[in-house]
Amino acid sequence: MSDDKHSHEKRIDEETGTETTGHSWDGIEELNTPLPRWWLWTFYGTIVWGVIYTILYPAWPLVSGTTRGVLDWTTRGEVAAKIETVRLSNAELTESLVNIDLGVLDRNEDLHRFAVSAGASVFANNCSQCHGAGAAGVQAAGYPNLLDDDWLWGGQITDIAMTVRHGIRNEDDPDARYSEMPAFGEILEDAEIATLVTYVRSLSGLEEETAEGAELYLDNCSACHGEEGLGDRELGAPNLTDAIWLYGGTPEAVRYTIENARFGVMPPWGERLGEAQVRAVAAYVHGLGGGEAEPQVEEEPTADEMEEAADVPDASFPADAEETPTEAGEAPVEPVVPE
Amino acid sequence: MSYYLRGPSGYALLAALGLIALASAIAANFARDLAYLVHALLIMAVAAGLFVATMRAMPVDDGPAVAPPRPTGYMDGPIRYGVIATAFWGVVGFLAGTYIAFQLAFPALNIEWAQPYANFGRLRPLHTSAVIFAFGGNALIATSFYVVQRTSAARLWGGPAAWFVFWGYQLFIVLAATGYLLGATQSKEYAEPEWYVDIWLTIVWLTYLAVFMGTIINRRERHIYVANWFYLAFIVTVAMLHVVNNLSIPVSIFGSKSVQVFAGVQDAMTQWWYGHNAVGFFLTAGFLGMMYYFVPKQAGRPVYSYKLSIIHFWALIFLYIWAGPHHLHYTALPDWAATLGMVFSIILWMPSWGGMINGLMTLQGAWDKIRTDPIIRMFVASLAFYGMSTFEGPMMSIRAVNSLSHYTDWTIGHVHSGALGWNGMITFGALYFLTPKLWGRKQMYSMSAINAHFWLATIGIVLYASSMWVTGIMEGLMWREVDANGFLVNSFADTVDAKFPMYVVRAVGGALYVAGGIIMVWNMWMTIRDPRAVAVVATPAE
Repeated sequence: MSDDKHSHEKRIDEETGTETTGHSWDGIEELNTPLPRWWLWTFYGTIVWGVIYTILYPAWPLVSGTTRGVLDWTTRGEVAAKIETVRLSNAELTESLVNIDLGVLDRNEDLHRFAVSAGASVFANNCSQCHGAGAAGVQAAGYPNLLDDDWLWGGQITDIAMTVRHGIRNEDDPDARYSEMPAFGEILEDAEIATLVTYVRSLSGLEEETAEGAELYLDNCSACHGEEGLGDRELGAPNLTDAIWLYGGTPEAVRYTIENARFGVMPPWGERLGEAQVRAVAAYVHGLGGGEAEPQVEEEPTADEMEEAADVPDASFPADAEETPTEAGEAPVEPVVPE
Repeated sequence: MSYYLRGPSGYALLAALGLIALASAIAANFARDLAYLVHALLIMAVAAGLFVATMRAMPVDDGPAVAPPRPTGYMDGPIRYGVIATAFWGVVGFLAGTYIAFQLAFPALNIEWAQPYANFGRLRPLHTSAVIFAFGGNALIATSFYVVQRTSAARLWGGPAAWFVFWGYQLFIVLAATGYLLGATQSKEYAEPEWYVDIWLTIVWLTYLAVFMGTIINRRERHIYVANWFYLAFIVTVAMLHVVNNLSIPVSIFGSKSVQVFAGVQDAMTQWWYGHNAVGFFLTAGFLGMMYYFVPKQAGRPVYSYKLSIIHFWALIFLYIWAGPHHLHYTALPDWAATLGMVFSIILWMPSWGGMINGLMTLQGAWDKIRTDPIIRMFVASLAFYGMSTFEGPMMSIRAVNSLSHYTDWTIGHVHSGALGWNGMITFGALYFLTPKLWGRKQMYSMSAINAHFWLATIGIVLYASSMWVTGIMEGLMWREVDANGFLVNSFADTVDAKFPMYVVRAVGGALYVAGGIIMVWNMWMTIRDPRAVAVVATPAE
């Protein structure tokens, strides 16, 4: 140590003209350069900014509670305000949607457009996980295609709303649609099942039908699927004649269905989404291509109903507003990210 | 070595190893899960192997004890091993990262027959731990042992303890990595290893602290060099972070699963206090220690500003520890804590940049070396990426920016511009500096290979970071996109779908980075195999 101390005196570095500190470690010296001014002042600036910010916003823990900040701002408050803005701007349309007779929804063009655009969003965020972003379903997992005109439980808008609201074969909602196909693997012989597989496929023209198959079908299947194989929407029993298959139409898939039965479940959405969103998503799904019209009502709607259907603002914000919220200079509406 | 195994100390070591082997065998017998079983067998094999090796090394006759000559000069054995381990684990970690990057682009690479071991969820912590703790950790241990000896003019304290640190740390890495693949994790990011692995790391780490501190105390220089302040801050703080964040109670002494002592938002806050300071002290302070030695050495210039090094050291150490809550914006964490995390992150900007300024400005008077010396070029690129990430970090900690960036790939891009750019490049530079010196060669076998490595790594990082910025910001905007009525426009799957091209670009960037790493390994291999050009100077510490 003592030797080193004397051999490293302060010196002026030739390249920079700056004095060294006189230390040297393994040949490394240090210049005695002062702190760069811009660095120091920026550092001070961030500290001053930090102090101001902690005065404005909730920041410092106290004995009980914390400082609330001069602005009295909270993340929850900010989110609640945004939600409220959206709720208010859609309030009238939402209320109309909840109260309107779904069968006549499409007669009110603006409300229908509102419902479909809301429904698209509800679908993307809640339904697409199973039914697919394009609503084409996933056959391998038995998630139905919603684009075609084949409906298990009915394709009128009220039927769809009912399915969404209560779900299918779930244990959470007593009003869920329910039916259960027996597993015929425990009832029929292997050979009989093979004959049935051929017959079921023949209903869609995939194979030749046989007399034994027809008999087995009549004895075991027709009670639910109908003598012609057209299915029964009261029971969610699929139409077997349309060559549309929920779980696939290969002989293996049909055999598996007959032997083990299927038990597709859909959760109830009524409580989670609320009536307005249930109706909106029903309108969206109904409009995807396969939606069926409500049966024509014999008599004309009453004057009251007509008025209700028509008494709806013609844009997506309060009827008396002259501009949309965005145009009025409000912050654009942002989604709420649930944590 | 056999001197240490004489008499009672040898027998005590034998007894300890025997007991460990026996206890591991019992533990393996009662093991309640696969990871625990494999680990118990592994520890048993290691202890039994050491038992036999110790017995064979013990002196046969108990003649009069003759103390071997006191070893002089620097202790470079563990450093040589550490340099090789750094390069090895680096390539392993980069390969794992590139593979999981391709998995994200092409999910079929979660190969069916290799499930569940090779799915993304298990390989991802393998990648992060391999690059941070195996590659980065070995680089830090090896360079700190090298630097502390040279700048203290003292031999490593503790005799064989440095070897224990090296091998003990490798055992930790193997236990952690195999644990992830076998499904043992406590689900805390960057702190995934389970309780017994944590206990082992604590023992190794405290030994590391003792060796480092002991060497500093034995120093023959009046002052402690700035690199050693940073290394010491890193070692001490990581010990504290590791112990507190891993406080947990094992479900069974014979199983890997444990339960955290903190719950809910307290646990989250502890985790990100740990997580952020793993970045702050492991990946920043430790690597700044590396920078403060290798940059002035390679440039042959004095450090730019002593004052700046003091001020930015203390500011960095004080401020970093508060910044963790910015990882928990818009969560159950109370607003006041998030505010403080954000404010301290922004004040941290200049103290972080102090290191960049001191590094870059040290090249004053040697700027031409950026053109002529590829190692200096690596250090400069490293400091540039350090500067970018330490600006980007405070910016992303701002609540409003975070509401867009959080949970998106932007975060991944930010982390990698720091990890690949700053940590990776400075480590490569240090390895290129150390390899010829430790093996007594004049210089690296191929300077043009270093140049190729530099460009492969730089282009790889640019592809990686820019693709993640693009896809991250796109994803954030798509998540919040609403129509005129305030309804969300995109489903989550839409955003995943839209990211595909950027995922491919990212994986290609990763592949370039791995290619550079492999070239480095080849270059090191050829350098070490090269006929000796200069004798290894076991420099006396006087």
